[in-house]
Amino acid sequence: MSLRNTFTAFAVAGLMASTASAEVLRWSSQGDIVTLDPYAHTESFTSSVLHHIYEPLVRRSKTLEIEPALATDWEIVDPTRWRFTLREGVTFHDGAPFTADDVVASVERMLHPDSRSRGNLSQVTGVEKVDDYTVDFIMDGPYPLLLNDLSGVFIMDNEWMTEHDALEPGNIATGKTSYASTHANGTGPFVLDSYAPDVGTVMSVNDSWWDEPEHNLTGIEFRPITSDATRVAALMSGELDMIAPVPLQDINRLEAAPGFSVEQEPALRLIFLGLNYRDELLGMPGEPNPLLDVNVRKALWHGINHDGLREKVMRGNSRTVGSMVAPPVPGYSEDSDVPLEFDPELAKQMLADAGYPDGFSVKLDCPNDRYINDEAICVAVKAMWEQMGLSVALNTESRATYFPKASNGETDIYMLGWATLPAMDGWSVIRALLATQDGSMGGNNYNGLSDPRIDEIAAQVAVELDEDKRRALMSEALQIVHDEAYYIPLHQQPVAMALRDGVTVPQFPDEYIRLWFATTE
Amino acid sequence: MVRMLLSRLAQAMLVMLAVTALSFTMFRFVGDPVQLMSREDASVTEREALRDSLGLNDPILVQYGRFLGRIASGDLGISFRNQRDVAELIAERAPATLELVLVATILSLLVGIPAGVLCALRPNGVLSRLVQSGSLVGISVPTFVTGTLLILVFSVTLRWLPSFGRGQTVDLGWWTTGFLTPSGRAALVLPSLTLALYSMTLIMRLIRSEMIDILSTDYVRFARARGLPSWYIHFRLALKNAMMPVITVTGLQVGSLIAFAIVTETIFQWPGLGLLFMQAVIFVDIPVMTAYLLLVAGVFVVINTLVDLTYALVDPRLRTRGV
Repeated sequence: MSLRNTFTAFAVAGLMASTASAEVLRWSSQGDIVTLDPYAHTESFTSSVLHHIYEPLVRRSKTLEIEPALATDWEIVDPTRWRFTLREGVTFHDGAPFTADDVVASVERMLHPDSRSRGNLSQVTGVEKVDDYTVDFIMDGPYPLLLNDLSGVFIMDNEWMTEHDALEPGNIATGKTSYASTHANGTGPFVLDSYAPDVGTVMSVNDSWWDEPEHNLTGIEFRPITSDATRVAALMSGELDMIAPVPLQDINRLEAAPGFSVEQEPALRLIFLGLNYRDELLGMPGEPNPLLDVNVRKALWHGINHDGLREKVMRGNSRTVGSMVAPPVPGYSEDSDVPLEFDPELAKQMLADAGYPDGFSVKLDCPNDRYINDEAICVAVKAMWEQMGLSVALNTESRATYFPKASNGETDIYMLGWATLPAMDGWSVIRALLATQDGSMGGNNYNGLSDPRIDEIAAQVAVELDEDKRRALMSEALQIVHDEAYYIPLHQQPVAMALRDGVTVPQFPDEYIRLWFATTE
Repeated sequence: MVRMLLSRLAQAMLVMLAVTALSFTMFRFVGDPVQLMSREDASVTEREALRDSLGLNDPILVQYGRFLGRIASGDLGISFRNQRDVAELIAERAPATLELVLVATILSLLVGIPAGVLCALRPNGVLSRLVQSGSLVGISVPTFVTGTLLILVFSVTLRWLPSFGRGQTVDLGWWTTGFLTPSGRAALVLPSLTLALYSMTLIMRLIRSEMIDILSTDYVRFARARGLPSWYIHFRLALKNAMMPVITVTGLQVGSLIAFAIVTETIFQWPGLGLLFMQAVIFVDIPVMTAYLLLVAGVFVVINTLVDLTYALVDPRLRTRGV
């Protein structure tokens, strides 16, 4: 009897599994998440996946506006103290209620010296419990971007962390590993079922989620696949419902394939060329640096054939820009988003007028595995500039060695991409790329750019709580960058995902995957 | 014999020490983990703090000394990237790679030996000519091409086999196996075939040339003259003797299969040691890279030592020379 019964049992189980899996969304991306510990990494992709399990006090809506999540309301008590009212009736996946103690424990864990993502909450000095559903955030000065920062701070459960000795993050130096890096307990729309590095992360729906679900999924299977060809093949063979991102070279093939669609739009990430502002160029030691002359910088800009780059290198999938931030980002203004037009004659003339009729020698450094088609872009730019009479020494290398080199200032002209994440605000560009480098500002301003007016603006923007004034100041700074051609903007990268027919997933320019808006049939 | 054993062990230790030194100097040029791990807009102070906490600000000799001390006490350290025990990461990944290599080895023997015999016995037959020219493909086409082709044919077009992953695995506590589930076995087919292709060809060509040599030796001719049955001559005399170098090569191949599974594992998203190493290289995860190199070097050293020792056991001439 038993054999037959077993078979029946298997058949029934199989049937149930297949009906259940109809609403399980299987998707893949290039890389795996780093860890399950929200404070032990700084990768936006990992945050994006963890956001299904963990939630912040405020979150991004479908239009990327900040909206209430675990906090329902907030007010500025005084410029350095913000008071948050917490949502009542929320429970963690293990059943524990969400209260002010969890917020305090989470923020303290994040501010711990061993926490990798401490910088995401750099202005906060402490957090105080007022009552069970009210907390105060204390800052070291007036700070306009607290909500932006908090939208990336996931709240963990105090009791769970206490029970598993995870109140402090892991530490490499002392050899402390954290229970939270392989386990998770949040309040989010999905519950973690299993996590195996490079194999996958499986989640099932959280039936007691506090919010009204817009999705109709019963679960999510995330399967990272490193190889581009295999990832596309796995979608086409029906093993996956969605891949994001889609390799550019496969977009046309997938669009042509029956049963699949590709969605793409400009991402927040802008690609531009940074310049050397020191006394001498590395490509021309012993002589004055021609890049210090604004007309030379503009000539270089005029020498770039943007349409050619877009059509030939990016296959028509990029948007040419003149600014350093994308349109949805605060601080953006249309006036600063005007690329200098391609005019090789004018460019040559400007070089000659600046005293370089025969061009000059310069080094160009680019990564070859960080941005979309990064190496091909630089090869094209080199060719365009050499037509103007410059002698360009191009060097491309892996990001692992490229970025250390760039940050040591060992470059003349170098490629950089910026998405203003996680804050999604022009302040990110001003603080990291434009302000003169010191301990806290100009972290990515590697090559000595220093403009007194921009520094002045940076100091004001940092503490300006009036949003209109703040945006106007940022726009002014970005306008200066455009007019002085401090950086040479190239384009806005595309973001693309491919879906099986019947699956609907909204796409976001910040490249986050938000499957709580996904539906499948 | 004991003296030889001891000297071999001492040599093995020296090799391992050289590997640690080499990997440590090499990784200084791979890149800067701090850059890859800090936020895009991190300030200089923030990066320096991270560099300090990783111990990267100490002189290289101090770092190396600390590393050796830890290794000696059996501690492989903690991954820079995901802050987990490296030993744990490796233990988690080793079963996937070892099962893949085991199946690939069996596959290459099962196909390589009969094919080699066939080619040696009927060098001008249609089938053996086909096998011969097919083997050129196996030896010259790079793994990532064969792997991708197999995926296109068997996953995308025919939809018979999965294109990535290990399928469902069963956790035995200390080992996860894909042998016990249908999806686990199906997932093994394409990667193991891809991985086996090279050694399959190698074994086939080795058997073929060895057997052709042996078939023209005097003792085989005498056996023929004595009227011994041809199966006895081919399989008891010729094949058995031709197997000697095959055993050596297979042993060494196991080492290189483990080491070179990197490409195959990356194509098929096989969650083994090769994939772990690839990720570690991309993110300059020095503790994981070092541990992987040590492991691979260890495997080679152990296999080589064992092979040498077996030789000494099998061949008395080597034994006396050793002493």
